[in-house]
This record gives sequence, C-alpha cells and structure tokens, in this order.
Amino acid sequence: MVKYQASRMDRTFSALSDPTRRAVLLRLKDKPGLSVSELARPFSLKLPGMMKHLDVLSDAGLITRTKTGRTVSVHLSVRPMREAMAWLKRYESLWTVSLDRLVALVEEDGER
Amino acid sequence: MTNHLPSVTIVRKIKASPARVWAAITQPKLMMQWWGPDAGPTLRAEADVRPGGRFSVVFRLLNGEEHNPTGIYQEVVPEKKLVFTWDLPGISEPESLVTFLLEPFDGGTKLTLRHEHLPDEVARQSHEHGWSGLLDKLSPFLGVTE
Repeated sequence: MVKYQASRMDRTFSALSDPTRRAVLLRLKDKPGLSVSELARPFSLKLPGMMKHLDVLSDAGLITRTKTGRTVSVHLSVRPMREAMAWLKRYESLWTVSLDRLVALVEEDGER
Repeated sequence: MTNHLPSVTIVRKIKASPARVWAAITQPKLMMQWWGPDAGPTLRAEADVRPGGRFSVVFRLLNGEEHNPTGIYQEVVPEKKLVFTWDLPGISEPESLVTFLLEPFDGGTKLTLRHEHLPDEVARQSHEHGWSGLLDKLSPFLGVTE
C-alpha cells in the first residue's frame, strides 16, 4: 500500500514536469469538461499528440475522461495534485524553520 | 537530470565558517539543537557520517506527534557537501534525497539545501530489488535449488 502510493506520487510529479501538460491542467481548471479537440487547438498539437499527453495525465490520476456519444470530455482530478503540493509544503516548512534555527545556532557560536 | 522533479531549495548566507556549519549538520549534539519543523524538541540524533553510514533524527512537534526521518549518507565531502537519502517510516511518500552544499562566502558560508524527489528510475530499481529479494526467499519454498 505504501509502495503503491509512493509510485503514484512519482507519476504525478513526472506528469507535471511537462509544460504542455501543465498548461492543459490550467485550462481545465478554468474550463472543466473541454473536449480533446478543444484542448488540442491552442497548442497547435495534432489529436494523437494531445491524446498521448492526456494518457500520461490520466495514468497519474490527474484527469478523468468521460465519453458522451463521440465526444470525450476531460475533467481535472485534484487529489493527486493535492498530495504533491502537501509534500512540497511539508518540506518547505520543515527546512525553513530548521535552517532558521541552524543559522541562529552557528552565528551565535561565532560571536562568542 | 533530476531538475524537472519538484524539489525544495533554500539558500542561506550565514555569518559563520563552513567548518562551524559542517559541525552543526554532522555532530549529533549540535543537530539536536536545530533539527525540527517547529519549536518542539529534538529527542535523538544519530549520524554515522560516511558514505553508506546511517542517519536518524527523532523530533516531537508541538502537537505531540513524533517523527523519525532516517537515511543513508551518499556523499560526504567535509565542509563542502553532504548528501543523504530521506525516509519517513510510517508515512507513505516517495523516496527523496537531501543535499547540503556549503561554499565559503564573504567570510562566512553560503548554504544551499535541496530536498528532492528521487527520479522514477530509482523507484523502479528499488522495486526490482524488492522483487529479486522476494524471489530469493521463494526459491527454497518452491523447492528450487541452484
């Protein structure tokens, strides 16, 4: 279970590493339910190219796709992103506070 | 190579020599004095500072929770560079790597701390090692002899 979660977060992070995919997520935040061709348009990407990006996002659990007739609409799924953000925030605050204390310690020693 | 993976990087300019900063990040009695995310106490620190050596810190948060990050030193260059893996037992999260870089700066030290997510490759390898260990254990059970 632990391993499974960790590797899922790895997928989230590597999915987020690509600028096109990040832009897709931002567009979906503003316009939930866009179709694949609507998503592809501003990136001057052909459909198969966009489909590949969407596959990566979907494997990482960052989007869900629903099919209505011949149209596939795409929605954001926020949980994995929330987990990734929680990771970043946890360590940002751990190290910020710890380093403040570290600096205070060594600078105080230096003055003695 | 791993730049695309999310990471936390913090830079501090410190009015103390690299030797002093190095001591603070490697000597358990000094580590106890700063390690922790809030004003809660650091309860234990162990540091076998050589490649392959183990580190372990136990700290208690103000809310009473205790955490025990552990890891293995990967790179040890006194007064310059300290790299170790980071693992928080009991909390599911990806493997990660912590790097302290010390550079002399203006009579003091420029400290760069980086905490990064390990790339997939490492996770993949560790899974493979996990598998081969499992297969080794299964062999006698299955009656396979070499």
